[in-house]
Amino acid sequence: MPIVRVQEADFDIGRELDALTRGRTDVGALASFTGLVRAANEGSAVTSMTLEHYPGMTERALEDICREAHSRWQLIDTLVIHRVGPLRPGDRIVLVGVSSAHRGEAFAACEFIMDYLKTRAPFWKREETPAGSRWVEARESDEQAARGWE
Amino acid sequence: MVTVLFFAGLRERLGTSRETVPLAAPNTTVSMLVESLRNREGAWSEAFAPGKAWRVAVNQRMADLATPLNAGDEVAFFPPVTGG
Repeated sequence: MPIVRVQEADFDIGRELDALTRGRTDVGALASFTGLVRAANEGSAVTSMTLEHYPGMTERALEDICREAHSRWQLIDTLVIHRVGPLRPGDRIVLVGVSSAHRGEAFAACEFIMDYLKTRAPFWKREETPAGSRWVEARESDEQAARGWE
Repeated sequence: MVTVLFFAGLRERLGTSRETVPLAAPNTTVSMLVESLRNREGAWSEAFAPGKAWRVAVNQRMADLATPLNAGDEVAFFPPVTGG
């Protein structure tokens, strides 16, 4: 089952992943990905960033991506938590968790969800640098990674 | 009428986040709406100039130029996404 949350607050990785398996005996594999704010991007220091999103569409897009993962692999649960608002270097941005009976499905689905999130979920990063603030440009390498699943 | 939303860098360049636009004709498409926005002055013609990278969603799902529009639809324009 897909579980999707978009929130300003931080999340506890251990607690969130633990909740995916608590009380179950059918989960044999739990894969996860955590994305964090780096202190440098495109050759300049990043002092903080703000994540804007499209309320309503964001949740729908993430649920669609998780449902697509469930249709491609034998999964038990998928979890996406994505933060919005002001963030600083070292802060967690996104957590993806995937549970399944075996590791192959969990690894693949976790990477798939991130690749699709990067190109299809309506989030935009604005970085503060010593030279001023700038919108982060989309990367062609992210588009290529997403196309690799088609 | 359709509701048109703008996000992120596109919202900043255009100086607006939301407006209501009358549909020029029945059987209209995203393409026809983009044409009408491009025909406006200044930042509008530049933001929607051919070759400019933007994305569009209709009723909160990714769409393209051929997507049909109906009265009451919510159309959103935004730059390529950069989450994660």
